[in-house]
Amino acid sequence: MQRPATQTVTPDIVRMSGVRFRWRGARAFSLAIDDFALRAKERVLLVGPSGAGKSTFLSLLCGIVTPLAGRLEMLGTDTARLSSAARDHFRAEHFGIVFQMFNLLPYGSILDNVLLPLSFARKRRARAGQNGSIEAEARRLLSSLGLDPAELDGLSTANLSVGQQQRVAAARALIGAPELIVADEPTSALDRDRQNAFLDLLFAEIGAAGSSLIMVSHEEQLGARFDRVLRLEDIAIGERRVAA
Amino acid sequence: MIVPRLALQSLRNRALTASLTVLAIAFSVMLLLGVEKVRTGARQSFADTISGTDLIVGARSGGIQLLLYSVFRIGNATNNITWKSYEDIAKRPEVAWIVPMSLGDSHHGFRVMGTTLDYFKRYKYRHGQQIAFAEGQPFHDLFDAVIGADVAQALRYKVGDPIIVAHGLGSVSFVEHADKPFRVSGILAKTGTPVDRTVHVSLEAIEAIHVDWQSGMPQPGQSVSADEVRRMELAPKAITAALVGLKSKLATFKLQRLINEYRAEPLSAIIPGAALQELWGLVGTAETALAVVSAMVVATALLGMVTMVLTTLNERRREMAILRSVGARPVTILGLLATEAGLLTLAGVVLGALLLYAALGLMQPYIDRTYGLQLAIDAPTRREWLTLGAIVAAGFVAGLLPAMRAYRLSLADGMTVRT
Repeated sequence: MQRPATQTVTPDIVRMSGVRFRWRGARAFSLAIDDFALRAKERVLLVGPSGAGKSTFLSLLCGIVTPLAGRLEMLGTDTARLSSAARDHFRAEHFGIVFQMFNLLPYGSILDNVLLPLSFARKRRARAGQNGSIEAEARRLLSSLGLDPAELDGLSTANLSVGQQQRVAAARALIGAPELIVADEPTSALDRDRQNAFLDLLFAEIGAAGSSLIMVSHEEQLGARFDRVLRLEDIAIGERRVAA
Repeated sequence: MIVPRLALQSLRNRALTASLTVLAIAFSVMLLLGVEKVRTGARQSFADTISGTDLIVGARSGGIQLLLYSVFRIGNATNNITWKSYEDIAKRPEVAWIVPMSLGDSHHGFRVMGTTLDYFKRYKYRHGQQIAFAEGQPFHDLFDAVIGADVAQALRYKVGDPIIVAHGLGSVSFVEHADKPFRVSGILAKTGTPVDRTVHVSLEAIEAIHVDWQSGMPQPGQSVSADEVRRMELAPKAITAALVGLKSKLATFKLQRLINEYRAEPLSAIIPGAALQELWGLVGTAETALAVVSAMVVATALLGMVTMVLTTLNERRREMAILRSVGARPVTILGLLATEAGLLTLAGVVLGALLLYAALGLMQPYIDRTYGLQLAIDAPTRREWLTLGAIVAAGFVAGLLPAMRAYRLSLADGMTVRT
């Protein structure tokens, strides 16, 4: 994909160099990433065998954990210089996250689940409320992701199918148009047709919002739909120490 | 406010365990407050037993002992005071009124007290309340007796029933004043004081039934019949104690000192309130023990709450990971859990207080009737508010324990929850 010349002034969404990280405690898994960058509006599929450190990589990427060494920049900001509170706030403002499973708070209403990130992100809240209320934006997102909000109103989150849950989770990640959508195997619980349908809807919304996407999957055949397919083992070295 | 709402919904999701926890806290708080109520109620009832009396005079003894035997009918007098001493005190210009009491006999375990008609006017309890008659009237005949409410109830006596007074204080007595039976002339209304358990007769009657006695035994061959005794001079020679009312309270200490230094015989005069204080100092240890036990019950309930929050923590790691992923700070999660613990405690405290007042409302008449214990239904005292506040604060602090663990878990879990 050819990028316009102005691209050079837009900072990368994430840039890692010489990053070292190790979990504390019995897990004692360590990960080393020498060089990685995610450009604005880029859609990347990250593949790797289980145990290669995908979750650790995502935790680093989202600033939930901080590297022991190296440099990690998000949107041009060196996150090591941020306080943990500022990092959490940064994540809330700029990242939307979709988990593999168990995405929703089962006791909350569907709308509350979608609106949840806006409680922590003022700019996203303002952006979501640009064309009316934030509730209206949540409903618009839900319906463009193929859920009928009117039909869902009476439904408890716990009564949704896995496919419906993933769409609500996608709506939550997309609301307020954050710069980066991080998806951790969001389609692994869906069959092939539903996978494709889900990705179609996700891509359409990401395109509309101008967000980047990094999606973790073990299904490489999805790669054709992404700008880039990254193998974790190509960019990072994971090492599991056997606990003494 | 989505986050607090979600926290509440999360709590509602665990409604059963949460409500059991609240109930446990409520019961412990109810116990704690209840003990406090009973304690103050008992203290009040004790203090309410005698009112309006400035001094109690008896033979030389400790203040508590004199108070116990003269007012509470507990224990015995070491000695009597002579009628002459009594009259000397009665003649003092400071004295507004004086009521003699003569104790030592009993009727089926209830004490018999010889006194004057003034007793029914002068003896006051519970903020100056006077003794009232439920039935009948004061003693006018020599062998009339006025019985307290408990005596009437326990022995099923009605006005006009004959009663026989036993010598001494045991409930089973082998020496009775059977030759001089009394007649119930009046039954007093319930007071919640030892008056309820007393048989009142005139001082002369006490003299009359002992007229043919010497050294605590009837003298053979010298018996005096009930009719004969009516014609005799029945001036009392000695009494057990006397209640004294003064014209001015300012004279209390002066008269007390005068009586304590009375030369003709060793006497003691006590101020009822001061002697009650002394008594409370004595039973204070038992009170403290009660308070400690109920505090431990509260601590146990709080521990139960911490356990509940801790056990649900594992299921809630997912919830926390989601909150973290949308930007919640670990501190927010810590706060959520501590708030939850605090709210549970608050709910428990409020419920406990409500339960206590409901129970008080229901049980108070029964407790008053049965134990003569007047439990006040009033707003919590400052001390109780402080206690309740301390419990809620302790709940918040106790909630920090699972919250700290959740904090560490949410840091360690990162993006994914391994459950």
